[in-house]
Amino acid sequence: MLLQARQVTKRFGGVVALHSLDLEVREQTIHSIIGPNGAGKTTFFNCVTGFLVPEEGEIHLAGEPITGLRPDQIARLGIARTYQTIRLFRYLTVLDNVLIGLHPHVRYGFLDAVVHTRRYHRSEREAEAEARELLRYVGLAGKEFVIANNLSYGDQRRLEIARALALRPRLLLLDEPTAGMNPYETDQMITLIRRLRDERGMTILLIEHDMKVVMNISDLVTVLDFGEKIAEGKPAEVQANPRVIEAYLGRGAASGLGGIAARVLGDESASDAGS
Amino acid sequence: MGMGREQAVRRALVYGLIGGIVAWHLSLVGLIEAFAGRRLIGQGVTFSYVLLLAVMLTVGYLVARRVSNWTGLAGAALAGLLVGLALWALALLVDQVDLRTIFVAASPTLPEILTFNRGAGAVGLIVLLLVGAAAGFIGGGLTWFPATGRRAVITALSITVLVGLLRDVLNPVLPALVMGFLFTTTGGLSLPGAVVVLALALAFPIARHVVAQRAGERRAALPAPARRRRRAVFRLISLVFLVSFPLWAGLFLSNVTDFVGLYILMGLGLNLVLGFAGLLDLGYVAFFAIGAYSMAVLTSPELGHFTLGFWEALPIAVAITVLSGILIGLPVLRMRGDYLAIATLGFGEIVRLLVLSDWLKPHLGGAQGVTRIARPELGPFVIDRPQEYYYLILIGCALAWFLSVRLRDSRIGRAWMAIREDEDVAQAMGINRVTAKLLAFATGASMGGLSGALFASLVNSVIPQSFSLLVSINVVALLVLGGIGSLPGVLVGALALVGLPELLREFQEYRLLVYGAVLIAMMIFRPAGLWPEETRVRELEEAAEEARARAPAEVVVVTQDGE
Repeated sequence: MLLQARQVTKRFGGVVALHSLDLEVREQTIHSIIGPNGAGKTTFFNCVTGFLVPEEGEIHLAGEPITGLRPDQIARLGIARTYQTIRLFRYLTVLDNVLIGLHPHVRYGFLDAVVHTRRYHRSEREAEAEARELLRYVGLAGKEFVIANNLSYGDQRRLEIARALALRPRLLLLDEPTAGMNPYETDQMITLIRRLRDERGMTILLIEHDMKVVMNISDLVTVLDFGEKIAEGKPAEVQANPRVIEAYLGRGAASGLGGIAARVLGDESASDAGS
Repeated sequence: MGMGREQAVRRALVYGLIGGIVAWHLSLVGLIEAFAGRRLIGQGVTFSYVLLLAVMLTVGYLVARRVSNWTGLAGAALAGLLVGLALWALALLVDQVDLRTIFVAASPTLPEILTFNRGAGAVGLIVLLLVGAAAGFIGGGLTWFPATGRRAVITALSITVLVGLLRDVLNPVLPALVMGFLFTTTGGLSLPGAVVVLALALAFPIARHVVAQRAGERRAALPAPARRRRRAVFRLISLVFLVSFPLWAGLFLSNVTDFVGLYILMGLGLNLVLGFAGLLDLGYVAFFAIGAYSMAVLTSPELGHFTLGFWEALPIAVAITVLSGILIGLPVLRMRGDYLAIATLGFGEIVRLLVLSDWLKPHLGGAQGVTRIARPELGPFVIDRPQEYYYLILIGCALAWFLSVRLRDSRIGRAWMAIREDEDVAQAMGINRVTAKLLAFATGASMGGLSGALFASLVNSVIPQSFSLLVSINVVALLVLGGIGSLPGVLVGALALVGLPELLREFQEYRLLVYGAVLIAMMIFRPAGLWPEETRVRELEEAAEEARARAPAEVVVVTQDGE
């Protein structure tokens, strides 16, 4: 198991955002977390990345406990993320965005920077080469010196992924990577996420609302509702689960409106899930 | 046509009224009277008149801007006339009623100045109305010019006024023959002098425009190395200028330049903190004060603690400031934006109150401050003139500049910029905000401390009044004016905000008023600052160009080992 969350509980005042959540992510899989708004998905991401500290429970990365560590420490241990609303360094160039992601791996000190030692030149050269390689990988070659803000929406999403990859993460957290995308961009994003797993051996945990995407690429799906895990399994299993349908469409839906629910949960793409 | 006329009249009334209020304001705060003694051209044209004419011209311009026909011009003249009327009304009011209990500046001489010495009677009224209408008409006429020509005319006029204002500054610099031609003995520019300056100021940008247009085509074709060579030549010329400056500048100008240099040093320091890392430090004066007082305590025999020499004390003073930068940085690490600004503001005041306090008087001199601070010695030679300090300050600025550039282009600078842009994401990228911010505070503080130490030695004494909140505000303002985060912007900002007011002594009293006006105008017309990071943009473009030239070779490499 790459990521193990045990009995994680997070409260905001009286609201229980996560309630004794157990979640395990296997290496080299694409694992999706779905659930209605307010189910605690993003809260879980924030707990994993260290921006929130859970009241109870523990989170382990490859066996090492990471609960209570600072966000930058967790990032250095190998967890990178993207955001639901794009959060690039908007007024910096595309290349600088990725170079910032490489920060923990560019190793030289204050004096190296000031007197431009050989170490500085080597590190900077290597970093730039790696950044360019990453940009090529996500399909942004030739846009290195564009200001991030001027990129198209889909390119911005891709840049965010390139920046996250620059951390050389073991686990990549994607928060709604296809939100706001047109069908063409969504297809491209699906391809990219698959390639990350297949070519780079990346483990990916993603939050997604687009059921077509979820059913299409997930190896495993976890369903949250009110901070609790209500179902987990292969996309097709989850799709058929009455509790899931209920969570999405309300009580009674499982019996009477199963057909609609199945359509909402995207059964037409279920056939190629997990392929 | 009817619509146009109605609109023109309405605009004329509105802008005439606004212009009248501005003119009243300028008069009643005392600016007009203060500048009445500043003769710009011959004996007659003073800076006060230039200000009032500028109001009328602007009003005319604004009216005619949207209505570009003869009706618009008539409206412009009407607006100027209204300003003239307002001025006459003010002259009459001041003449008849004694307002001096409320407005100190409303002295009996004001009506005379406002009416060109024609009195607040019928003659004065007619003169003011005529001048107002004429100026408004000309201002409106400016809208008929194409934008580039208009800008050239306005710039040329401003330069002429500036040359007239800077008479005392130019006096020691220019040869006597030139001075004798340009200026009259008692007043401002001579008439032929003014014409020549105006003509030169007009001709120069036009010539440059023509050359640039022709060169623009060539420049695009110019390969990067040639451009770099050209830049090297430019740098060499600037270096010669900077190094030779005190040799021909004279005492007064050197003195002013020293102060500008100290502010540049502070500006560069705060630029690291505010410009690069985005931490709004409103108490930057604290570092300036700590540097200055460290120098004082370490070297002055008056306090009797230490009597080190300047060169021994300098690194210690800077080290103490760095330490204080870290100490001040520690408690405010978690604060952002407004909270940080208020907290640092407090630190600035704490430092000032500490050095002012009776409690620390035996150690820091209290309200009287400390005198007899050491001067730097080079062998048998003691540096004690402003012209000589200039070189010390120049070296300090060069070092700070160098450090800023090197840090900006490193992982450290990138970490700062990441924090500036989005602190949470920066952390998620593995950037330790504690070390990054402390490094920014410490490096920024070292430059402020160096500036303070040099300042203490230059003026040979420190008093608490020198370290008021105004210093912090000046430094922030000069950064904003020049363009936050831009290194050349620091130079431009310091020259404009510290240099100019020092040169124009009447401005001193109205410094804050002018600051406010300038900053507001800038936020509207040049929100990025006078000299934003354009150079950086250009560098990036060049790098992109080179990268494109290199690209094919790289693609081959990738297909081999990439995928």
